[in-house]
Amino acid sequence: MESGLEQKYNFDVVRWFTIMAAVYLVVGAAVGVYIASELAWPFLNFDSPYISFGRLRPVHTNAVIFAFGGSTLMATAFYTVQRTCGVRLWSDKLAWFVFWGWNTVILLAVITLPLGLTESKEYAELEWPIDILIAVVWLSFTFNFIMTIAVRKTSHIYVSNWFFLGMMVMIVYLHVVNSLAIPVGLFKSYSLFSGVQDAMIQWWWGHNAVGFYLTAGFLGIMYYFVPKQAGRPIYSYRLSVIHFWALMFGYVWLGAHHLQYTALPDWTGSLGAAVSIAMIIPSWGGAVNGMMTLSGAWDRLRTDYVLRFLIMALAFYAMSTFEGPVMALKTVNALSHYTDWTIGHVHSGALGWVAGISIGAIYHLMPRLFHTEMFSERLVNFHFWTATIGTVVYIVAMWVSGIMQGLMWRAYDEYGTLAYTFVESVDAMHPYYAMRAIGGAIFLTGAIVMLFNVLMTVRKSAVDGSLVRARHVPAPA
Amino acid sequence: MADRKVKAKSFQEWMEINIWGLLFFLGIALAVGGLVEIVPLFFMKNTMEHNQFPEIVWAKAGVEPIVAVDEAGKQVWNWQPGEGVRPYTALELAGRDIYQREGCYLCHSQMVRPFRDEKERYGHYSLASESMFDHPMQWGSKRTGPDLARVGGKYSDDWHRQHLRRPQNLVPESVMPAYPWLDDTYVNGKQMRRHMSGLRLIGVPYADADIEQASEVVKGKTEMDALVTYLQVLGTMAKLDEAKAYRE
Repeated sequence: MESGLEQKYNFDVVRWFTIMAAVYLVVGAAVGVYIASELAWPFLNFDSPYISFGRLRPVHTNAVIFAFGGSTLMATAFYTVQRTCGVRLWSDKLAWFVFWGWNTVILLAVITLPLGLTESKEYAELEWPIDILIAVVWLSFTFNFIMTIAVRKTSHIYVSNWFFLGMMVMIVYLHVVNSLAIPVGLFKSYSLFSGVQDAMIQWWWGHNAVGFYLTAGFLGIMYYFVPKQAGRPIYSYRLSVIHFWALMFGYVWLGAHHLQYTALPDWTGSLGAAVSIAMIIPSWGGAVNGMMTLSGAWDRLRTDYVLRFLIMALAFYAMSTFEGPVMALKTVNALSHYTDWTIGHVHSGALGWVAGISIGAIYHLMPRLFHTEMFSERLVNFHFWTATIGTVVYIVAMWVSGIMQGLMWRAYDEYGTLAYTFVESVDAMHPYYAMRAIGGAIFLTGAIVMLFNVLMTVRKSAVDGSLVRARHVPAPA
Repeated sequence: MADRKVKAKSFQEWMEINIWGLLFFLGIALAVGGLVEIVPLFFMKNTMEHNQFPEIVWAKAGVEPIVAVDEAGKQVWNWQPGEGVRPYTALELAGRDIYQREGCYLCHSQMVRPFRDEKERYGHYSLASESMFDHPMQWGSKRTGPDLARVGGKYSDDWHRQHLRRPQNLVPESVMPAYPWLDDTYVNGKQMRRHMSGLRLIGVPYADADIEQASEVVKGKTEMDALVTYLQVLGTMAKLDEAKAYRE
């Protein structure tokens, strides 16, 4: 390991974000397994307002997207920007403000959402005072990141940082516009927009939270951590330039495909669908670029568990970025919309790609941040298999239930009347909802194992004094 | 910064060594899609069906109160079902607030698509004008339960109450949570006045009397009453004509 890094860079804030990411993955996945179980066995709602499905579901989405995803992004962005720019973070204080601010947002979310304090905009439920805090913290994060690049020692800005920047700027646009609301109480507000315009803005936010927060940001992670872990340069510079600009320009248009056949004008939905199909190309460009980085070193997958996570994540990324455009096609969307297929698609992206690349990055970071080996390599391997199997069980259950729902709703009997009542379709979902909960529980097991492994590594580093030693190595002149 | 003087050989490379240039062009590239898809929706007349079919919207909204309470405490309705889309009364809005609070939109859509099976199951396809006063819209994205855009009048008030208290008593296969706590709380009239004033500020046409009488309208009503009232008005505001093509 290189010496003097502890003095040169701010790794403290990265360490804290990394550990919190491991904690929040367990929290978010646990709530997810619980609400999945509520749909399979509704008695689990226990007639309590605070844990009923409708209030707990936003806790799950906020915990996985903003708590786990956010902590991972902030850990990796702060790490990557320092390593690729060769300078310490522009401001340590601002970085700590981002850490405490972001965790305050998460704490407030966990308190307010079960209380039913919500704007009821999907993936943007938090009420207006928290929205303001999010904006302040996010802008501080962005500003610190940009200023670190501005004072960098290297000549060029590395590709990871382009993606992080794209995410940061777009999230500012999205969050500000989508959250515009008129407050009518301390924790109650009404969206400034109504009806069809609100729907378009909501899904412009909704899909780009996926496209930028959960894709561009995590591609930033991919572009640093895959080549680092593989010990090889990225496969193609040219491909990264093309797919970067195509993704930045194109992804923004996709939101409208969530509103096919609704009261949204046809032109908008069709435009969204057309661009969605075109987006296969840049998405696969990124996946290919990541995977081909391993070209000539494929044997590493046999021994390197971290690399396995990263490459499996890219495989899921390629799969779900193929599935997405298919589902945006109007004929497919007519069947898939409103069904569990959407939930399955989201989770192949979220569990397979986002969590996969994050977990890989966390396992890559741990030894470098704590200056010691992982507590257990075998547990990393165990986590790899639970994560993969859990994800596959989950998405297969949702494919079957989603397509079945869609077909049952539109089925006609020989007399030309609807073949099934709605509740018959609900009843038919039960085995798949149970299967989904089991898949989620397998995934959760792996997340708990990772948290254990991470904490034991921290302990190991404290016991053998490796972090303390690293801090005392004088910085190179 | 002395050691990073490089001469850019291409526009791309110029952006890679100039953070402000990169940010500028990123800012533009990221804005286009949203501007093209969102801004026209506020201006293009054919987005909202009532521009072509004005009868969809209640003409007296904001002029006359939707419902007035006379001295004897009796409710007098100026609006009748089918007379057109209008803002929600204080009691309906209270119900809608609860619908939002409990996250109903996560399992129930309010957007019927123009398909034969949806028409038979739920009714006429939804129009954009029908949710023009919905801040925010509750179109939803998932049907774990059925669509509710036109649920108004399909079941009795009593059915809804019993169903919300214990869904499985009426529909044994249902996976819906029970909402017994809605019977425990009364709607707060002062709060509803504040909510309606807020909505009027952002363009919902309430008459002064609508807001002034909010407390009388919700007096003695529980959250259960409010939610049922909201559900019963869904889809009943505008009378849609099968023979008319509201959308191309």
